[in-house]
Amino acid sequence: MSTRLARGGRLIDRARPVEYRFNGRRLTGFAGDTLASALLGSGQMLMGRSFKYHRPRGPVASGAEEPNALVNLGEGGRFEPNQRATTTELFEGLTATSQNHWPSLDYDVGAVNTALSRFLPAGFYYKTFMSPRPFWKHLYEPFIRKSAGLGKAPTQPDADRYEHFHHFCDVLVVGGGVAGLLAAREAGRAGARVLLMEQTAHWGGRAPVDGDRIDGQAAEDWVRHIVTELEAMENVQLRLRCMGAGVYDHGYALGYERLTDHLPGADGPRHRLWRIRAGRIVTATGAIERPLSFAGNDIPGVMLASAARDYAVNWGVSVGDRVLVVTNNDDAYRTALVLKEAGLDVPAVVDARPEGGGELARRAEAAGIRVLKGKAVAKAKGGKHVTGAVISSQAGEGAMLEEIACDAIAMSGGWSPVVHLWSHCGGKLSWDEAGAMFRPDPDLPPTGADGAGFVIAAGAANGHLMLGETLRDAAEAGARAVSELGATPASPGALPAAEAPEEAPLFPVWMMPQGAGHELRSKAWLDYQNDVKVSDVRLAAQEGYESVEHAKRYTTLGMATDQGKLSNINGLATLAQRLGTEIPKVGTTTFRPPYTPISFGAIAGEARGETFQPIRRTPIQDWHEARGAHFEPVGQWRRPYCYPQGGETHGQAVAREIDATRGSLGLLDASTLGKILVSGPDAPRFMDMLYTNMMSTLKPGKCRYGLMCSENGFLMDDGVVARIDEQTFLCHTTSGGADSVHAHMEEWLQTEWWDWKVHTANVTEQYAQIAVVGPNSRKVLEKLGGIDVSAESFRFMDWKEGVLGGVRTRLFRISFSGELSYELAVPASEGRAVWDALLGAGEEFGATPYGTEALHVMRAEKGFIMIGDETDGTVIPQDLGLDWAISKKKTDYIGKRAQMRSHMADPERWKLVGLETVDGSVLPDGAYAVAEGRNANGQRKVQGRVTSTYHSPTLGRGIAMGLVLHGPDRMGEVLDFPKVDGEVVQAKIVDQIFFDKDGEKQNV
Amino acid sequence: MKRYSAFAIAREAMRHHEGWERAWASPEPKRKYDVIIIGAGGHGLATAYYLGKNFGITNVAILEKGWLGGGNTGRNTTIIRSNYLQDPSAAIFEKSRSLYETMSQDLNMNVMFSPRGVMMLAQTEHEVRGWKRTAHANALQGVTTEFISPRRVKELCPIMNIDGPRYPVLGALWQPRGGTARHDAVAWGYARACSAMGMHVIQKCEVTGIRSEGGKVRGVTTSRGDIDCDKLGIVVAGNSGHVANMAGFRLPLESVALQALVSEPIKPCMDVVVMANTVHGYMSQSDKGEMVIGGGTDGYNNYTQRGAFHHIEETVRALVETFPMISRLKMLRQWGGIVDVTGDRSPILSKTPLENCFINAGWGTGGFKAIPGSGWGFAELMARGHSTLCDGFELDRFREGRFVDESVAAGVAH
Ligand SMILES: Cc1cc2nc3c(=O)[nH]c(=O)nc-3n(C[C@H](O)[C@H](O)[C@H](O)COP(=O)(O)OP(=O)(O)OC[C@H]3O[C@@H](n4cnc5c(N)ncnc54)[C@H](O)[C@@H]3O)c2cc1C
Repeated sequence: MSTRLARGGRLIDRARPVEYRFNGRRLTGFAGDTLASALLGSGQMLMGRSFKYHRPRGPVASGAEEPNALVNLGEGGRFEPNQRATTTELFEGLTATSQNHWPSLDYDVGAVNTALSRFLPAGFYYKTFMSPRPFWKHLYEPFIRKSAGLGKAPTQPDADRYEHFHHFCDVLVVGGGVAGLLAAREAGRAGARVLLMEQTAHWGGRAPVDGDRIDGQAAEDWVRHIVTELEAMENVQLRLRCMGAGVYDHGYALGYERLTDHLPGADGPRHRLWRIRAGRIVTATGAIERPLSFAGNDIPGVMLASAARDYAVNWGVSVGDRVLVVTNNDDAYRTALVLKEAGLDVPAVVDARPEGGGELARRAEAAGIRVLKGKAVAKAKGGKHVTGAVISSQAGEGAMLEEIACDAIAMSGGWSPVVHLWSHCGGKLSWDEAGAMFRPDPDLPPTGADGAGFVIAAGAANGHLMLGETLRDAAEAGARAVSELGATPASPGALPAAEAPEEAPLFPVWMMPQGAGHELRSKAWLDYQNDVKVSDVRLAAQEGYESVEHAKRYTTLGMATDQGKLSNINGLATLAQRLGTEIPKVGTTTFRPPYTPISFGAIAGEARGETFQPIRRTPIQDWHEARGAHFEPVGQWRRPYCYPQGGETHGQAVAREIDATRGSLGLLDASTLGKILVSGPDAPRFMDMLYTNMMSTLKPGKCRYGLMCSENGFLMDDGVVARIDEQTFLCHTTSGGADSVHAHMEEWLQTEWWDWKVHTANVTEQYAQIAVVGPNSRKVLEKLGGIDVSAESFRFMDWKEGVLGGVRTRLFRISFSGELSYELAVPASEGRAVWDALLGAGEEFGATPYGTEALHVMRAEKGFIMIGDETDGTVIPQDLGLDWAISKKKTDYIGKRAQMRSHMADPERWKLVGLETVDGSVLPDGAYAVAEGRNANGQRKVQGRVTSTYHSPTLGRGIAMGLVLHGPDRMGEVLDFPKVDGEVVQAKIVDQIFFDKDGEKQNV
Repeated sequence: MKRYSAFAIAREAMRHHEGWERAWASPEPKRKYDVIIIGAGGHGLATAYYLGKNFGITNVAILEKGWLGGGNTGRNTTIIRSNYLQDPSAAIFEKSRSLYETMSQDLNMNVMFSPRGVMMLAQTEHEVRGWKRTAHANALQGVTTEFISPRRVKELCPIMNIDGPRYPVLGALWQPRGGTARHDAVAWGYARACSAMGMHVIQKCEVTGIRSEGGKVRGVTTSRGDIDCDKLGIVVAGNSGHVANMAGFRLPLESVALQALVSEPIKPCMDVVVMANTVHGYMSQSDKGEMVIGGGTDGYNNYTQRGAFHHIEETVRALVETFPMISRLKMLRQWGGIVDVTGDRSPILSKTPLENCFINAGWGTGGFKAIPGSGWGFAELMARGHSTLCDGFELDRFREGRFVDESVAAGVAH
């Protein structure tokens, strides 16, 4: 059984016990523990269940690569599924529960899958569950879904907050082991701005655990000194608990900092996402040990040799009393020595190499540890924990030589450099035969815009596993990073001297024993979480899933939450072996960000709730809110839809607002309307290209309604243009269209007409704009005084600048309602005051603010089109009877050529008309008018559709506009509009102007 | 082809699964075929399959530069729906959706088509009107959809926040028989069925040139030698521009990166597919338990099959807002594919200026759902010279201005 040792544990503080709960049990660990080390210390090896077979699972690793020890962590708003116990720092009051089992971790019904496993080989679900057809949706799939899925779904909103940092540096160093520290120091000494990040809470990585010495000091002391030196450098920033999550094009990298995961409830954000632009990125991300593929290698108690060592050295935890070590390289002997020294029993080191190991092996033998050369673990025995191991020769098929009793097995299949960050953005790998590993190919790094590589791998991540080489490589990497950025590296000091034992070469072992038959292969795990075994990968190859990507997808190898950190290389090798080819020919799957999973909260950052997207506020917004307006989102604005009063429905409010406006005086906050200034000597010429109308002939002081089309000829925006002076136009756009219209202008100016002398400025927010509408609008303006608004001197489509009621104002006489109407624009800061003044002066006329819905209804009563209703990106002005607004005199405008294409000139195009239901009801939004018969694909033929439809309080009936085949020639005809449920509404084709056809109200 | 069934699994279990045969053969290319299809994505494979099944044309090679299904077919978020607005679109997508219903049985491979329902949220008044219009159009097109209330939205998807402070949900367009399927299995199932008909699915065979004579196609040049054919179908998605160039014509489309991502797997909590166009993101939960998430395309042309992170950020932000509970879930993996986008967001299924050379392209961000329907129609076009399913999607529509504009209905990708 695993337990806490009496001594040791460089990272824990035995003076500070920490209480926590696992599956409801109260347990105690120490400050500095991870959840995994604490659980092991409490004798809890079983921590979860696997995905497919619900096999019992204990930790195999001690860090980010862990596939097994996943828990539901926390509660309520701080609940989180699938947390790796190995990277969860213990804190007081931590609560965790194990996952993916029913009814309990110890007795899981799902474990019958293990017994059935021979019927559930790789990809079995592609071959069955096909009949009867409805069973998939109603029976098979729900069952599969329930049994899959690991952790529970959170049910409550997140209690924490998150933030983003933007950071620029010369050199980003990822990984705070000895290589990263040294590379950072080289770059730092040369004066570069350096950011160094380490995913764990400690500097130094593996070196302090491995017991080697640097510059005559224990690695731990050397690390402390170099950290102190780095901390003193102003140009160097150090972050712990900060993982390099991804590398993207152009030196962009992501850091994922876990600020309060270990201090829940503390002030400040939980995670911080660093969005970094770096000149060079040094990946000093170390290497990960590989498991060995032998039968039963997934039984709790079988773990990586490095992990067993970490638990003992870092946290003073033994993973078992009798730990068998099995290896194909020298490093695992370190584990044997550490355990022996801790007073534990190491019954043997099973070394697959016929010649055995080097210096470390000799030390082990000297310490009295039995070493078996050329031998293998044929099979680990046990159920929920290891009870023993069957030993065979590695060269054979697994015949038992002896059985060794043990309660844990520490295995090492060699090491794989962590090449993820190198590879994210296209860095290539080469196969290192001697080390049996993929390592970064220095000739094929990820490249930036200048064609130069921008990622430099360093140390173990670069395939240099021996301490001496690691340090040399890291120093070089740091120096190279700065010199590639054009700086001079600091004069090279003496390289730190490493004292580490010589190691004998590794011997690649992909199956243990090498000749294992089906019986053993079908119990040898590659991917622990997803339950992919050697036999599964072989089956994939047999069935033609030969590409690594196919094999991965068919078996799900490497697709679990650890993304194959432990299983990838073993899986590739198994595939290569079955295909009779070499590992590099098989290649790797693509490494995709993030390195380990990062929270969605961190990715979203501060953007949530009210701050999800900024709300744009008009200068009069406060008043609308106070007045209890019902708002609708329009782009990033929120415009009053209507102002319900005293229990009114929205419909009633809209009707009241229209009545008041048409009867006396209405006020509309039109500040959201787009306002773009176009100015310069070439402005008239530019305006003629931009609009279908002739704008260059417009006189200063006059307004003109204009249409704007896309390059494809479709109507994209409309609005009133006012000529300010010879060189300047003010273009009003729709509220939603202001930004895109401005971008459209700039696109043409910057890409096509870059030599035209024109400036544009979006001044939408610089002005408050108010529509003063209705028969009494002139009177109220007269009351404010300062601008002559008499009928004779201020005509329809005139505009004037002046001081109205004491405020500098541009006043336009324009109308979107058919009423006598003005729009006034004042500096934004005066908007609220002018609004209040208008309300005050208008009180005697019953001045009534109205919202967007009243605006829409009134414009529809007058047959005015609305962009987005009558248009949808497929409609040209000619469809809407707007030919009058298209200049025949101009040689060109944007969209003109497109409108000459055959389909655009087709007389069969649907045209705008008015529609009146026969029974006076409101036509359903978006209904289609059907024609006789069906088309070749069996669809009902149609001959028109509704574009806008409202109840008109003015007329007391439903009114609508629509596009209809030959519509203008079919006045009086009745069309059938089926609803979705099939019921038909009939409507007559009428003129689109429903109210005040001759414009008498407007022209007074 | 040995049939797959529960019984076959039981039989094989007794002999260590050593009797399973290859899902598809791995033949050497012949000198000549009646038809060559370039691209073993879903669309290319489905085209070949229906050439054989519906027209008896089986002397066919499907040439794939990498591994079959390794393009967008193996990278997409597998949303299947047919609630399109324009008639030609609704016709081909609904044909496709209905073929998905029986695909597992037809191909004898479980493609896990799961008609769990797709909802497209309305979060502005404008969207409400837009979806109501689509619902009307769909009713006449024979596509079952319905505009549903916010309450019903919440019932169907309890983890959604319908009262978000920024964009409350005002309703949704609901297609109850839309859903998802297992993308790899679709490609594998077609490949296996094609191979069983004697067709050659040839992987690691890149087409590097197209040979013609007198304005007619003669064959292709590949990394594995010259191969002749009578008819040629180009079905290469993101690479369409390149390959059309080899045939001597240009295409009105752009290749851009579209990204997607998944969370770590969790127990079932979401039984429908939700698309939110206003905030720009969509999400579903896979059978494995991962939340499958996608959003918009990157803003520039590119061929790298990876994208810029800020798009991931925008998408995730939108979904954390819509589904607050995912905030504490973690992103497991992100990736990208290169999609071929036309000006009207509709595909090109067409003859080309080169006689006997046909093109199937422009599915852009949303062609997974179209695989069987497109294969069905395109096979007919190649075999007979005309298919009503392809009507409207001709190449010359761009010259004539005869767009099939779907961006009208949905600004969001796929
Ligand atoms: C992230 C993402 C999410 C998506 N989500 C959805 C979704 O939810 N729903 C949906 O319906 N659609 C979605 N799509 C779109 C969908 O994936 C595609 O439209 C569809 O898969 C295209 O299929 P295809 O067969 O045309 O192309 P592909 O699958 O890309 O196949 C083209 C094949 O051609 C091969 N090829 C290219 N050039 C050559 C050559 N010279 N010689 C030989 N072979 C060549 C390629 O290697 C590739 O295998 C998404 C796409 C992406 C990228």
